[in-house]
Amino acid sequence: MRIITESKSYEEIKGYLGKAKNVFLIGCGTCTTLCKTGGEKEVKELGKKLSGEKYKVTGSVVLPTVCDLLTKKALHEENEAIKNSDAVIVLSCAFGVQRVSGELDKPVFPGVNTIFLGLEIEGSFLEVCQQCGECVLGYTAGICPITRCAKGLLNGPCGGSHNGKCEVSPDVPCAWIEIYERLRVIGKENEFKFFINPKNWSKKGRPGRWSQE
Amino acid sequence: MSTVSSLSKVLSEKKFAVTAELGPPRGAEPEKVREKARLLKPYVDAANVTDNQSAVVYMSSLAACVLMLEEDLEPVFQITCRDRNRLALQSDLLGASALGIRNVLLLTGDHPSIGDHPEAKGVFDLDSQQLIRLTKKMRDEGKLLNEKELSKNPEFFIGAAASPFNEPMEAHLIQMERKVQAGVEFFQTQIVYDIEKFSQWMEEVRRRGITEKSFILAGVAPIKSLGMAKYMKNFVPGVSVPDEIIKRMEEAQDKKEEGLKICLEMIERVKEIEGVSGIHIMAIGWEEIVPEIVKISGVRNGRDN
Repeated sequence: MRIITESKSYEEIKGYLGKAKNVFLIGCGTCTTLCKTGGEKEVKELGKKLSGEKYKVTGSVVLPTVCDLLTKKALHEENEAIKNSDAVIVLSCAFGVQRVSGELDKPVFPGVNTIFLGLEIEGSFLEVCQQCGECVLGYTAGICPITRCAKGLLNGPCGGSHNGKCEVSPDVPCAWIEIYERLRVIGKENEFKFFINPKNWSKKGRPGRWSQE
Repeated sequence: MSTVSSLSKVLSEKKFAVTAELGPPRGAEPEKVREKARLLKPYVDAANVTDNQSAVVYMSSLAACVLMLEEDLEPVFQITCRDRNRLALQSDLLGASALGIRNVLLLTGDHPSIGDHPEAKGVFDLDSQQLIRLTKKMRDEGKLLNEKELSKNPEFFIGAAASPFNEPMEAHLIQMERKVQAGVEFFQTQIVYDIEKFSQWMEEVRRRGITEKSFILAGVAPIKSLGMAKYMKNFVPGVSVPDEIIKRMEEAQDKKEEGLKICLEMIERVKEIEGVSGIHIMAIGWEEIVPEIVKISGVRNGRDN
């Protein structure tokens, strides 16, 4: 599993900086390194671009896993450079950005957009779960319709499904036809006729919270 | 204001029903709806008001239904799960019944990404199967989804869409059977241009006993141009346009006349198919052709209204 991200445009990042001159950059050795949105190379490139304009890059670091608790200690080690900065740009997923923003009394800005939690399949990543809090995989042959059906239908397919493709794009497979076919393969085709009740979205109370008893 | 659905009455009396689609305007002028309603009124049993059709913004279907009622044309209120959560769906259903609307067509709705606000968040809190069950529960048990009692039950003739041309056919037929179980009393199908495939599909529909529990209105639509025929063939999900139809449109001198001719042929053919209880004419943006289609086809001949 990886957190999938895409780079924000340089213009958007500059927009956050406003009048800030001194900027510190943080990359992540885990998910954004894999997505090539916030590893060593990307941090260096962004630093170069900023330095080529009116900004001064006070320092940069690629932490092993920005979302980890250890980030607090790592930030302490960079204390001097960060203290001399007006802003911090974090090229990690939103978990990492929030870890950093929670630790610093400085403006902290994201350099990437967090898109989804992806499952690796043959070199690419697919969104297969939305952490909805009420797993239906037991009824749907192990394929999540909440995530993989563009409409998140619990009793599909809809009239937009044709030849196994979704109406949103010919590149998107219809999750409900995948479920239909998989149920046949595992000898449970009758279950395709089962009715699934409306989802209890209160299970996905925001913000989610969990702690060890 | 009628208290029962006359569409339901016509179908129960085994008369061949005719419905048409009325597309509300992209604007706030009531007169556009009223004009179309007056135009359609003498020729149809009811008219469907589309609900932000193809995920494109138009005047609210509920509002347009009320304007139609004021013109004495019976509406079929189309309601999609795309733009409303379960609270809004239930309150709109109660409101619709209170306003005198007696037919509903319950739909999932096209995905926002294919419409004119592709940035919109699609709601899809419920799906069409769940909405059908919910509507039946409100009507028959007088209860909301949360089991709370209603002070008065809404009254509806419950309709849904059917997809004769979507593959795999088996999966879509199972969906249709489930809709019947959920409470659907009439279906309006996607537009028929491929009569062979439609006949095969109807055979399956009959074999599964669907026609004993619900009425089928076959969708028909006049093709206005060759471009429209090609667009329907290539881009509209669930519509099958045979090459022969494209060829006829290519060769025709007068495209509109040929499109009308094809539409009339389709009506002639679907009328003969066992289990087809009526037609649903989808001439969005060309509603003025509907009277001609009804008159020439003679589908309502012998009817007193």
